[in-house]
Amino acid sequence: MEQVIVNALYLGSQYAMIALGLTLIFALMNVLNFAHGQMYVLGGFVTYTIYGRLGFPFIVALLGTAVTLAIVGALIEYFLFRPVIRRSVREESTMLLAAGIAFLLDAVILLVFGEKQRGVPKILDGVFNWDFRIILPYDRILVCVLAIMSIAGFIAFMQFTKTGRALRAFAQDRVAAELMGVNVDRYSMIGFALGAMLAGLVGGLLVTITGVNLGMGGPVSIKAFMMVMIGGAGVISGAIAGGFILGALEAVGLAVLSQYGDITYLLIFASLMVFLSFRPQGLMGKPWG
Amino acid sequence: MNTFKINQLIGVAIFLFSVFVAVPYAIAASGRWDFYYTLTSVALLSIASAGVWLTFYIGRINIGQGAFALIGGYVSAILVTKAGLSFWLTLPLAGLFCAFIAVLIGLPILRLRGVYFAMVTLVLTEVSRLTMLALPITNGAKGIVSIPLPGALSIFGLTLIPDFSMLKNDKLAFYYVACVLMVICFAGMYRLVNSRFGHLCRSLQQNEELASSIGVNIAYLRIVVFAISSFLGGIGGAMFVAISQSIYPSSFQVSDSINFMLNCFLGGLGYVFGPMLGTLTLYFGWSLLFELGKYQLLIYSSLLIFLMLVLPNGLLSIRFSKMKGVQK
Repeated sequence: MEQVIVNALYLGSQYAMIALGLTLIFALMNVLNFAHGQMYVLGGFVTYTIYGRLGFPFIVALLGTAVTLAIVGALIEYFLFRPVIRRSVREESTMLLAAGIAFLLDAVILLVFGEKQRGVPKILDGVFNWDFRIILPYDRILVCVLAIMSIAGFIAFMQFTKTGRALRAFAQDRVAAELMGVNVDRYSMIGFALGAMLAGLVGGLLVTITGVNLGMGGPVSIKAFMMVMIGGAGVISGAIAGGFILGALEAVGLAVLSQYGDITYLLIFASLMVFLSFRPQGLMGKPWG
Repeated sequence: MNTFKINQLIGVAIFLFSVFVAVPYAIAASGRWDFYYTLTSVALLSIASAGVWLTFYIGRINIGQGAFALIGGYVSAILVTKAGLSFWLTLPLAGLFCAFIAVLIGLPILRLRGVYFAMVTLVLTEVSRLTMLALPITNGAKGIVSIPLPGALSIFGLTLIPDFSMLKNDKLAFYYVACVLMVICFAGMYRLVNSRFGHLCRSLQQNEELASSIGVNIAYLRIVVFAISSFLGGIGGAMFVAISQSIYPSSFQVSDSINFMLNCFLGGLGYVFGPMLGTLTLYFGWSLLFELGKYQLLIYSSLLIFLMLVLPNGLLSIRFSKMKGVQK
């Protein structure tokens, strides 16, 4: 039982971080970022290169990943999303663009890093063992703690800095924020960069445990969409709640249903259907975004 | 719209002639038999894309067609291999089963709109893949292989379709079957869109609240459209399985669902025959880029992004004024 709770926390902290980035981008620009999973994979590969190949300390690798992904996100926003959003009349066109970017990132990752599964040496050895009730390797604990710290840091950033305040205002009401003197162009770039950075950071954290390969991007995006559906799109607290709920469901599913085969996700999806028929906007979302 | 103009009739005649006479003749003359497989795939994928197009027609972005193609394929494969039914019986059964699933899932999710609906249907695709991996009857990741070719179909002793395993050239046979299905599907779509039902669907696309306030039963209409869409997806998937004689959980996945959606966009959401054109362009474009080897995906996606940058409102912002006559 204790093991399940700990597993839920561990999964939930990563998931919440992934969902945060996605929901931030959605809240600011009303863009469903299909390429989120690919950014996660890219982050994993950057960390792999800096930490695994070049041999720098892990924390340097994480910082490098954050900076790289932030730059990639900012460039994507500036050169691709901004012109399309300005000229398009339907919201579907940004979805198509995002799908195209997902394909593009896949292609770039394939060309630069190859299609092999990559792993890095463990950052910490040993296993935490509490009376055989909770067994968790130390590196997983570290990853979990780092993830929770990043989430806390992100929330603090959004709450207490001027940029964060501008971003929140922007997410709440685009026009009103613009009238109050928020530079919308600049802040959508910052927001996109932040979202990409969060995705990349999770990728960088998890490369130490699961490794990274090209095919991981799609499933990660899908899970992020599920969390956002649970929590409500475009709401930060909702994304965190959604992440932890999905993590808990998955941990329980793995513990309880393992003898019936891998039907956890079918059940999660079925319950999501039931949930959405009562609350189409998710736990904390505004109706229709 | 309901009265056929003379040039529309000519267009249909040219289209039918080229599909059923000119293309087989050209392929026989040039000896490129592999084109049959490509064209058959295009025909089947355009059937599934037509389903996606129909959900676009009521203003929903459907990225879940891969799920229904997969379900349809598995239903047909299981019925043929385990229950020993004739393939021609399983084809409509697969479609009906998908329509049934669509009604079940559609009841809650069709209340969602825009990006929310797109997200749920995308999740559905992935969930159906995982489910097919997990269920005992689908044989997991190994999939169902060596499915027998479709047998003969005869009514009252009159053989309508000969046994495929007896034919010398089953590629040509599959091509004809796929094209007949495609023609029936698009003729049906054209009829549907230009009927009272189609007009009601258009009212949903524009404003659901307004439509419901003047007495349109929007909940019923949405479910019916989603069921038809999934029916087409199931038919396409089942037929695909018959051709490849195998199905795996990865036969239709998220990227396929996205491609179905892209087909519709590329062809233009305003035209019934858009999905057909879009599938043809996209599939052939992808195949042509195959020559570029590992840069295929890079160039394909760059072209896609470039298209969005130049024409952010999709290809439908160009008027197909010249091609319209040929297509309709």
